[in-house]
Amino acid sequence: MYVFLSIAAALSLFPLVWTLISATNSNADILRGTMLPGTHLVQNFIRLTELTDIGRAFWNSTRNAVVATFISIVICSLAGYGFEIYHSKAKDRLMSILLLSMMIPFAAVMIPLFQLTANMNLLNTTIGFMLPTLSTAFLIMLFRQNTRSFPLEMIEAARIDGLNELSIFLRIYVPTMKSTYAAAITITFMATWNVFLWPRIIMISPDSITMPLLISNLMAGYVADFGVIMLAVTIATLPPILLFFFLQRYFAEGMTGTIK
Amino acid sequence: MGHRKFFKLGLTQKQSLIGWAFLSVAAALIIWMNFYPMARGFWFSLQSGVGAQMQFAGLFNYSRLMEDPQFRQTIGNTFLYLVIQVPVMIILALILATMLNDKSLKFRGFFRTAIFLPCAVGLVAYSLVFRQMFAVSGIVNTIAMGIGIMETPFNWFGNAWSARLIIILGLLWRWTGFNMIFYLAGLQNVDRALYEAARIDGANAFQQFWKITIPVLKPIILLTAIMSTNGTLQLFDESFNLTGGGPGITSRSMSHHIFTAAFQGIPQIGYASAMSFVILIFVATLAFIQIKIGDKR
Repeated sequence: MYVFLSIAAALSLFPLVWTLISATNSNADILRGTMLPGTHLVQNFIRLTELTDIGRAFWNSTRNAVVATFISIVICSLAGYGFEIYHSKAKDRLMSILLLSMMIPFAAVMIPLFQLTANMNLLNTTIGFMLPTLSTAFLIMLFRQNTRSFPLEMIEAARIDGLNELSIFLRIYVPTMKSTYAAAITITFMATWNVFLWPRIIMISPDSITMPLLISNLMAGYVADFGVIMLAVTIATLPPILLFFFLQRYFAEGMTGTIK
Repeated sequence: MGHRKFFKLGLTQKQSLIGWAFLSVAAALIIWMNFYPMARGFWFSLQSGVGAQMQFAGLFNYSRLMEDPQFRQTIGNTFLYLVIQVPVMIILALILATMLNDKSLKFRGFFRTAIFLPCAVGLVAYSLVFRQMFAVSGIVNTIAMGIGIMETPFNWFGNAWSARLIIILGLLWRWTGFNMIFYLAGLQNVDRALYEAARIDGANAFQQFWKITIPVLKPIILLTAIMSTNGTLQLFDESFNLTGGGPGITSRSMSHHIFTAAFQGIPQIGYASAMSFVILIFVATLAFIQIKIGDKR
């Protein structure tokens, strides 16, 4: 058992460790198959800034992901709360229709979405980037399922205290549901930070490039320096992985509520 | 007037209306960004022509794609990834989850985090890492030659089958831990006494796995099977970044093929839309079959 788990853990970690090691090595050392951290980190970084506009890409990705995550969480948590707390037959029916949207492959909507975005003059913009991902049935469901365990007495008590419905949501519900919000933020941030196909279609101008586009271009541009590419991959991976470690504890809790 | 009428509504009706208001933005966005484009996409798929010159063509695009060897190739590739990767991944994830559910296991937290970590990496990022690892002068060839398995470096991306194999390996690496976490969460709800009783009755580890773990996790297995099927049928990032779909188009996925038809070179909007509807039909059909099978057992 330990042998099996150790092999699984080693195979899982190897590509990640190798990426980090490669980011600090020169191309020649990587080709020699070195497995030790090197001293080329700074040179690789300088070369990377010469070859690409990584500062801009990092900023674009950060802005897009932060704005999209924030708005998405607000819209979807409000909806999940609305579906569960004020539930009725009609609302349940609407929810099951919305859930069907999870079965629509992105490929089936990307062409009309591109035209829609272009017609609204939203190509190369954050709004155009985030519109298709702001509201997802998955996120609504995550909040709806987790709201099931929310004590209704707290809402009743707040109503008696004279709070209006929106204040109850903001002041009572949001603070109590921290772990659900943490899980939702992690999932949404990771998705919006890493999304590739949609920005590949609408972020046409070099000024609106995002991190996944940058590393993809770096590879396609036949930059034959493994160290530089691996450093770029590392930088592109850091923000979501840091966020994940930061919120990991809550993440598992929030997800468990969803599959109950 | 409207204001006064609003106050005449009963309390529950008022609250129901507030509920509708809370969910309206999210619902409207899903309809606008999913269902509406889907309907438009279907309308496009009935038209033919290049660029802006479009005319109604009925089912012409659909009859054309039935005989398109390129599209068939990408369907074949996508289904190959699906039928190999999804079952292997689910079985691996189940075994790992069962092992990690053992409370007496040492380094449990380490193993769990290590195996889960790959799914914190973006799809493009890991595709590029795998591409580098399996490059002719990459680390995999270096290690294989170092321990004497191979004499000369192997060109993994120069051969259709090895290129497809690497996509499958990549998918397994990226997603097994993700599924494992779902199963682990599901196993938390299982009464330990159940396993205790089985052990006293003389059931071995395999029987416990087959008779207790699998039935208890069935709904979650179904959920992950549907999610993975859905995800693999839409495979794009790996095809585009890991193998580039090559050699030729021998490892290209359906989504990658549609992207090429719609956005690279002369846009074939009608034809690409028809192809994208084929994916939609596959996803819907397979989800339906899986739910039916899940209900029966």
